Amino acid sequence: MRPFAYARPETVDEAIEMLGEDGATPLAGGTDLLGLLKSDVETASLLVDLKGLTELRGVREEEEELWLGALTTLEDLRTAPSARTALPALADAVAEHRSPQIRAMGTLGGDLCQRPRCWYYRSGFGLLARRNHQSMPEAGDGRYHAIFEEGPARFVSASRLAPALIAHGAEVDLAGPSGKRSVPLEDFFRSPARDDEREVDLRPGEIVLAVRVPKRLAYSAQYEVHPRRALDWPLSAAAVALETRAGKVVDLRVVLGHVAARPRVLEGALVVWSGQSTLERRAQELGRFAVEGARPLEDNRYKVQTTSAAVRRAVQRAHERLEA
Amino acid sequence: MARYDWPDLSKARHLSGTASRLDGPVKVTGRAEYATDKAPAGMLHAAMLWCPHAHAVIQRLDVAAAEALAGVEAIYVIQGEGARVQWAHDEIVAVAAVTEQIARDAVRAIEVEYEVLPHFVDEENVGEAPSARPGEEASEGNVEEAFAAADVVVDSRLGMPQIAHLCLEPHGQVVEWNEDLTACTVWASTQAVSTMPSQIAEGLAVRGVNVKPADVRVLTDYMGGGFGAKFGPDRWGIVCALLARQAKKPVRLFLERDQEVAVSGSRPSAYGRVRVGAKEDGELVAWDSETWGSGGLPGTGATPVPYVFNVPNLRRRHLSVPTNRTGSKAWRAPNHPQACFLTMTALDDVAAKLAMDPVKLFRRNLGLVSRFADVYDEQLEIASNKIGWQDRWRPRTERDEGPVQRGLGVSLHTWGGRGHRSNCEVVLHPDGSIEARIGTQDLGTGTRSVVATVVAETFGVGLTDVEVKMGDSRFPQSGPSGGSSTVGGVTGSSRRASQDVVAELFERVAGTVEQSSEDLALRDGWVVHGERRLLSLSEAAALTGTGISAVGRNPGPGQLGDSGVAGVQMAEVLVDVETGVVTMARMVAVQDCGLVVNRKLAESQMHGGMIMGIGYALYEELVSDPLSGRILNPDMEFYRIASLMDVGELDVHLMSGPGHDERGVIGLGEPPVISPGAAISNAVANAIGVRVPYLPITPQRVLDALHAAEKRA
Repeated sequence: MRPFAYARPETVDEAIEMLGEDGATPLAGGTDLLGLLKSDVETASLLVDLKGLTELRGVREEEEELWLGALTTLEDLRTAPSARTALPALADAVAEHRSPQIRAMGTLGGDLCQRPRCWYYRSGFGLLARRNHQSMPEAGDGRYHAIFEEGPARFVSASRLAPALIAHGAEVDLAGPSGKRSVPLEDFFRSPARDDEREVDLRPGEIVLAVRVPKRLAYSAQYEVHPRRALDWPLSAAAVALETRAGKVVDLRVVLGHVAARPRVLEGALVVWSGQSTLERRAQELGRFAVEGARPLEDNRYKVQTTSAAVRRAVQRAHERLEA
Repeated sequence: MARYDWPDLSKARHLSGTASRLDGPVKVTGRAEYATDKAPAGMLHAAMLWCPHAHAVIQRLDVAAAEALAGVEAIYVIQGEGARVQWAHDEIVAVAAVTEQIARDAVRAIEVEYEVLPHFVDEENVGEAPSARPGEEASEGNVEEAFAAADVVVDSRLGMPQIAHLCLEPHGQVVEWNEDLTACTVWASTQAVSTMPSQIAEGLAVRGVNVKPADVRVLTDYMGGGFGAKFGPDRWGIVCALLARQAKKPVRLFLERDQEVAVSGSRPSAYGRVRVGAKEDGELVAWDSETWGSGGLPGTGATPVPYVFNVPNLRRRHLSVPTNRTGSKAWRAPNHPQACFLTMTALDDVAAKLAMDPVKLFRRNLGLVSRFADVYDEQLEIASNKIGWQDRWRPRTERDEGPVQRGLGVSLHTWGGRGHRSNCEVVLHPDGSIEARIGTQDLGTGTRSVVATVVAETFGVGLTDVEVKMGDSRFPQSGPSGGSSTVGGVTGSSRRASQDVVAELFERVAGTVEQSSEDLALRDGWVVHGERRLLSLSEAAALTGTGISAVGRNPGPGQLGDSGVAGVQMAEVLVDVETGVVTMARMVAVQDCGLVVNRKLAESQMHGGMIMGIGYALYEELVSDPLSGRILNPDMEFYRIASLMDVGELDVHLMSGPGHDERGVIGLGEPPVISPGAAISNAVANAIGVRVPYLPITPQRVLDALHAAEKRA
């Protein structure tokens, strides 16, 4: 690890000012950043520790929505009653985080902003891992990489919570030198075109304040396919959220995780749902529809299947909750 | 002279008991000091520059900027300009500095330029290997005729990749020299305390430093795993000693996790095309295999197939394939897991083709086994009963309802496990306290508790009444802990030493108690004659004046140990055919190992082997990047091992009693790790109806195998 300075601001304004310094990087739970610094994949001259910003920690239930502070730990999310009842898909996602240590330290904001787990990136070959005009995951070993093309990036978005939150229609609140802004969470994620671009829409000096989630899509589920039961990264994940009115499904959102450089929102899911009469056929069709247009690599064709399976099972699980 | 034997187990106080390991409390409370924990005053920290290329020549190397950094106290160039580096992560320069941070800064300050050369790391595609050397070939009987006469022939392509040892305590040591640089102390994480001093002296001599082995003291109080990868000081151990000498300060050098995974040791890969012919009734009549594999640059020796079953007409060829990866080291049961996997999966496929229960096929062919046919037969029976094979096994062609398919698989294995050469000194002090001193090491298997068990049993005292001192090269020499040889070695030497001391004690006190020494015994801290207590052990010891000591040896007189074991394992898995995820439901292991010294420790070692086996069956693989030649998963994130959440229920049955106990002690380290690859692969094939040809059996491989089968159909 290279030497760095450390600061612990007490207010958001203080933090933003400190982050204006060249080479400054925000530090939350540190479960990802510290490893990146240690392996010299990323560098920082100043770590701005956000853990002193207690106002950004916690879950608040408001009339129409849930407010989730960026510094809320995964464990706090797991145990917050309002998050468990209003956001079942998020509860699924957090429960799949099988490391108590990471749940205790890792934060919501950190989950959204963590860097890709791509082994080429983590070996120091750059975010896009391009060498001699070719993509290393494509030409080398891409067994855990993207099955959907979105620009030159072949890594998969690492966020475990984003599919569930996006399915629930979350917005993210940001603050930076030029003030506060909010964006739909799905637009917060990007597919970078260059090594020095980020995979999230954070402008220089900006931090995540909170995620706000409407309560209307109450029936939801996330299903992840893991190689093993212990701490692991999903091969595929799917989140499904339903909104009902008078017993009828009026909105259906399906989001895929770990299959593309960004969480992938399935457009037209409601049409597919409505076109079928039984739950089984709906799940089957949505599973098939979700991987239309997938362009897997030689090494990760299997992920097309695990993705379909994740969608089918998330649909079924969400519907079970609706029935219950 | 004493008669050397084991006591009648029905009267034993400790032997074959279930006492917990003596070092449990200090380990779980963090008080046990491992080599990684040692920090003598003034200690420097070392870091190493490693090569990022799998094959390269060092064109320019400049350490001036590193040398100039404040806090850097020693630099050693391991490979200089002009050197050809043959694998990624190989060490180039080592730096010792006052803090770990400065050592790392110094490593980053080193300027190095490489000429990158072509590499080869993909031995699965042996046809593309730039070089491959034919290995041992064997041919017996008339192979083609036997195949022609066979009722069924299977032709399988199978394989398992190179894997790491993944010791939780990485390789390394702390070295401290005396003031005039004539002697050093090495706190090392090693499986070979007694032989390390001469290995270190030899390594130093090559680099122009002469020191007598007697002046190198190696200490290993506790150890965080070796599995065969820690028999020598390795180059970094010698380099650490050189840095400490240069700096005249103690130096700590331990590998980082990435190096530990990538280059500290590995098990060679094994691939093969295997053809097996059998008669309709399951009789195996022909074997033909072409195997190949790589243990890095040196390639690899022949895989000893067919395993256990000596198929009468056989032809066997092998190719040793050098790759640009680090050389392999002995990995728990060298060669056996590979040979077992290539054989038992092919035989399981024969059974499937004959629509025959594989247990029946194995039993039908026990005549081809050179030893232990009756033991295997009994073990197959016991294992079948435990897992409910007769009722629950169904042929591969049948499916369960829903996406999750249940499958059962079986495999069998063999191992030697004779005790190694060992010396143990046992001292009865005049105050009655008992001390055992032995130059062995406890890898985590419970060796300390095993020696205490034997000595306490012999003296008729409690386990904690014996002070066992080990892990010091100044103690009587005992062999390296490899090949399941330790338990047989240390029990032999400590029993003989203890029996000698006790015999001498009886002779010395016989006059005082007015009994013949042959009629005396030790029980619960007393010298007894029949039921009568004559003297307490401390009174007796006081009578000797000086106390008594003796060095016992292994091998030696008396049947205290033996060699050769058989084992059977059965696995039950759940395979989700939509996601490809394999879940372990249950694993049954039936094993003979002669006399069980401590049942709890023995079962614990079985569990460890089975868990390690589940790891390589389902998760473990060193992934080599075809582009850069680097290991892509030198971490514990994508180099997966089985955690306790992943292993399902483990059910161990150790065979003991008449026919086993009188053989004496036999090692148990290797046997349980041999069969899991084959047993689990067979269970998966039974579950889903097709063979997943390669380990580890990942969701990718399961789904690809199902997809390929669908296409064929």
